[in-house]
Amino acid sequence: MLNRQQAPDFKQVSTINFIRPTENKLDNDIPVYTIYSGEQDLVRIEFIFNNVNYDLEKPLQAIAVSTMLNNGTKKLTSKEIAEQIDFYGAFFQTEYIQDQSSVTVYSLNKHLASVLPIVKDVLSDSQFPQSELDIYIQNQKQKLQVSLKKNDILSRKEFAKALFGNTAYGVDIKAEHYDAIKRDDLVDYFKAAYAPNNCTIIVSGKFDEESFNLLNNQFGHNWEKSSAVKNHFNFPPTPQQFIYKEKPEALQSAIRIGKIAINRKHEDFAGLQILNCVLGGYFGSRLMNNIREDKGYTYGIGSGISALQDAGYFFIATEVGADVCASALTEIYKEIELLKNELVGEEELGLVRNYMLGSMLGSLENVFSHADKFKNIHFSGLDYDYYEKYIQKVKTITSEEIKALAIKYLSTDDFTEVVIGKK
Amino acid sequence: MVDFNRFTLANGLKVLVHEDATTPMAVLNILYDVGARDENPEQTGFAHLFEHLMFGGSVNIPNYDEPLQRVGGENNAFTSNDITNYYITLPSENIETAFWLESDRMLSLAFSEKSLETQRNVVSEEFKQRYLNQPYGDVWLKLRPLAYKKHSYRWATIGKELSHIENAKMDDVKAFFKKHYNPQNAILVVGGNVKTEDVKKLAEKWFEPIPAGDKYNRNLIQEDPQTEARTETVKANVPLNAIYIAFKMPGRLNGDYYAFDLLSDILSRGQSSRLYNSLLKEQQLFSDINAYISSSLDPGLFIIEGKLIEGISIETAEKAIWAELDKLKSELVSSTELTKVKNKVESVLVFSEMSLLDKAMNLAYYELLGNADLLNQETEEFLKVTAEDIKRISNNTFDQQSSSTLYYLTDENA
Repeated sequence: MLNRQQAPDFKQVSTINFIRPTENKLDNDIPVYTIYSGEQDLVRIEFIFNNVNYDLEKPLQAIAVSTMLNNGTKKLTSKEIAEQIDFYGAFFQTEYIQDQSSVTVYSLNKHLASVLPIVKDVLSDSQFPQSELDIYIQNQKQKLQVSLKKNDILSRKEFAKALFGNTAYGVDIKAEHYDAIKRDDLVDYFKAAYAPNNCTIIVSGKFDEESFNLLNNQFGHNWEKSSAVKNHFNFPPTPQQFIYKEKPEALQSAIRIGKIAINRKHEDFAGLQILNCVLGGYFGSRLMNNIREDKGYTYGIGSGISALQDAGYFFIATEVGADVCASALTEIYKEIELLKNELVGEEELGLVRNYMLGSMLGSLENVFSHADKFKNIHFSGLDYDYYEKYIQKVKTITSEEIKALAIKYLSTDDFTEVVIGKK
Repeated sequence: MVDFNRFTLANGLKVLVHEDATTPMAVLNILYDVGARDENPEQTGFAHLFEHLMFGGSVNIPNYDEPLQRVGGENNAFTSNDITNYYITLPSENIETAFWLESDRMLSLAFSEKSLETQRNVVSEEFKQRYLNQPYGDVWLKLRPLAYKKHSYRWATIGKELSHIENAKMDDVKAFFKKHYNPQNAILVVGGNVKTEDVKKLAEKWFEPIPAGDKYNRNLIQEDPQTEARTETVKANVPLNAIYIAFKMPGRLNGDYYAFDLLSDILSRGQSSRLYNSLLKEQQLFSDINAYISSSLDPGLFIIEGKLIEGISIETAEKAIWAELDKLKSELVSSTELTKVKNKVESVLVFSEMSLLDKAMNLAYYELLGNADLLNQETEEFLKVTAEDIKRISNNTFDQQSSSTLYYLTDENA
């Protein structure tokens, strides 16, 4: 007779295999890290550039260049670039994040030889035509207006500004910033940042010697170097701050609470990730259990640690019914205090260990994810020991260590608390 | 190519297995053939609320999430107008836990009052977060009842109104479970580092003892052909004027589906598309413009939506959209343009095979359509579409008389 009350036997994840990249260099010394897999006839190539020369008078320089990169070269108009990329079934994506700007190309192997010259043209010869810039400014200002109606977005902006001020991590973009963009500033930034000596290439997928040669022929030559200074920021701890913007019509309030913490390079980082997981890092976390599953105050609540190159920060974020906002805040702080005052029980800790190991295993789904894992460590100046240590820490951390980390990193007397909506 | 094996249990549960030894993980995906279209008009949002209740404990297992997390697994679910889909990913060596959990809640739920009360609140907050407390968030709450008058697609999966969720009773929950949640109305897909023979044993052990239940025979009221242009104007606290035009198109199983999908790509996939270039770049009438299809099982919608540049009149903007549609009705698309969208689709399909979960979900969905192997014939179907097809369906579709237009205007200058 089948006993449905008896859970099947299970095993804790024992080994997690990381595919490590091979390292090559193009003729102009651009490092190329390749995570190879021959499963599918496709490849992803990422060109990653450090953000440079941050100028607080022109906070949109890097962002606008990233978005407008494919808006025209001397040879091709913006429409022609898009048509050619699409014709080959390729994808061309640009992304700006706090520390880096990247260009990612996805292509089937059979079209790679046709796609790469277009990408080279864009990366080495973008022109940022004034007519395109005018459209960009107009449309981005409109998008900003819509964003500013979203309490969740407002809370993110207020929180980042409170922690990181006018740096690339915190700057509060306003419509005026768009109006102030000059074409020359974009051209300058493009020349400074999108240069071979500021570039790292990460390849994942089916990428053989012939493909490498294609890449080298395009990007290993005829691409001007630059002299630019990589962004570097210092952040002093911030004092306790309460930021409240009332929105009389709000049905829900957006809450964001947290503070500057540590990043990947710090020895406590893995431990803090485990502590974070217990508090708000997964569906079964304490915040979810209390504030969603027990009280029904919200559709979702979570916490996280964001690791940037020059800082890390811890945050808790949710949107809760406007009428229960005050109660939700009370419960959030109560959960933090509990972690500082009481030991996490063995049963809960065991669950979190297994969950985090399974989650790590599951995050290595395909060759792209292995490349993403490499990027995490590479750009933090770390190697694969980082993951070995992380896995060991998840397997062996004690309740006492977690409590000590909570006391060290979750003291609320220097938290920044942002509430947008009603209290 | 997504390979699979298939068998059916004695109680009618269809099982598909996709073996993929390149991953240490496994996925268990279960699709229930029930969506918001199967709801009573007085109790809308129920299929989705029910999805939440499926996590509130089952007859033999008080807590669903915890035992799964304990073996390194994660899960989630979604509800659409057509289906409700649940999935688990976990280390493949612990796959039996997924069978245990998923079969017990197919057998019966715990029907806890506390869970019902909490999830009513959670779903109400979801309603607010996604539909009411966002600029333009309630568009679909307005557009559906404008485009559909009889069919149950006239409400969104979240429901017509908050009160329907707030008033949900335990008896309704039980009746809904009995009607829809049984082996005959489900498709199970197991994928990843598994072997078909092992999956078969586990399926027989955990799922086969579940009573077959009654087969739900769907008999939905179908929409009459639309013969009059419909419009509605909404004023709200939004910064920009917006326009949404919905046209009727055939359901997912119609042979023209692939042509419609490519048609929406021609209009709006990426920066080489027609609407983007003509209306956003050249004429500068919109700051955002998109066309897409609802991909529903019953006759669906072809939607064009855009946010207007400040100072542009809604008439000018609307006329410009129609001019683009008229072009599709009178001129054949060039072979380059058609090849372009076909190449893109081919790429998308290859890239979608990078994700185990996507593969498992797709197998379940295509099996619901009639045969999971359709998934592997998609590329061919897209390649068959001709320029004449695009022109023909444009003429059948883009007609004022069968359009539903929602003007979503800012009240800031009112």
